[in-house]
Amino acid sequence: MTASAHGAHLAELNVATLRHPLDDPRMAPFVEMLDPVNAAADGAPGFVWRLVEEGAADATALRPAGEDVIVNLTVWETQEALWDFTYRSGHLEVMRRRREWFERHVEAHLVLWWVPAGHLPSVGEALERLADLQAHGPSPRAFTFASSYTAAEAAQHLKDVPPAQREPAARSARPASAGDAAAV
Amino acid sequence: MEDIDAIAALQDPVRRRLYEYVAAQGREVGRNEAAEAAGVARTLAAHHLDRLAEAGLLESGSRRLTGRSGPGAGRPAKVYTRARAERAVSLPARDYRTAAELLAEAAEQAGLDAGLWAAARSRGEALRGSAAPCGRLEEAMEMLAARGYEPYLEGAEDAGGATGAGARVVRMRNCPFHAVAERFPPLVCGMNLALLEGLLGTDGPVRARMDARPGECCVVVETSKNNRD
Repeated sequence: MTASAHGAHLAELNVATLRHPLDDPRMAPFVEMLDPVNAAADGAPGFVWRLVEEGAADATALRPAGEDVIVNLTVWETQEALWDFTYRSGHLEVMRRRREWFERHVEAHLVLWWVPAGHLPSVGEALERLADLQAHGPSPRAFTFASSYTAAEAAQHLKDVPPAQREPAARSARPASAGDAAAV
Repeated sequence: MEDIDAIAALQDPVRRRLYEYVAAQGREVGRNEAAEAAGVARTLAAHHLDRLAEAGLLESGSRRLTGRSGPGAGRPAKVYTRARAERAVSLPARDYRTAAELLAEAAEQAGLDAGLWAAARSRGEALRGSAAPCGRLEEAMEMLAARGYEPYLEGAEDAGGATGAGARVVRMRNCPFHAVAERFPPLVCGMNLALLEGLLGTDGPVRARMDARPGECCVVVETSKNNRD
């Protein structure tokens, strides 16, 4: 265990392509759940931070990954805390009905990575991690629930493979499993 | 210990009563309490509880049950909870779990949620047969217990609490689909909800609803809003 592993938080990004604009009546049940579910996240054990648009309650109007793609960027103390919120809270109902509101994704649409505690990831950083996962499969710097790495493994990976030489590391990548497609 | 040996440890009737009691509490149980529930002496209960822990069916720990600490509080008592590990024996050998995981993976990749849920709802209705929709929470609890959900009533005592008087709900300690539900939560929890909707009925006096919590089944059963007394 390194000091950085102890002081690590888990960052999470997921992207979801809307089937209809958010003001479409077919999206109303999803929009109604935004505030209560976001409030549940803010109060969830292990929650650290979530991206919101300045002056807004959430990040749904930010469209950094495409005009009809909403992003969800959060930071958690542990992977267990994130999993429990995602699948063992009121959020599960949003997940259950995801096909009514979002297109199915062929590529990975959820990525996890470790950040130093206190670091708030930028949208650009988050999208780069997602692109890494999509291009190379899960690795200690971009992984999923079903293919997760510990903070210590991520710290070791960073030491072994400086960012500039990262490309060759792709051969160690494992294919993403279908379990990860479960996320929005 | 192999599954068959662990399960064989339950052949002793006292041991089985102790196991079932501890499992049903959903919390740590001390030796005195377990002995009383099983109707046996404390030393005999302690012996069997430790055999169950050795077999991997219970987990043991120690805790001061009185809440006191410091001098005079006495030694911590040994407490038991049901072990989380699954045990199964099939003769001849069968492997439905691998089949379930592969089918769930394929359904997930193909986005077959709606089809799976329709099948689950039909199965629930078929299980109910020609019976009317479930009429009372107590009846629902019997149906759920028979299917392994380990139901318990919540909110019965705290009338006037945040949820209001009479807001009793049935929660379930056990998810019968645990292993696949952990891997594909929205797909499999949605299947579970549809199965229970079929089993209990959707337009009767009680209804099933999604309300996930850590460590429990994702569904609760409650009195329908338009049917409250």
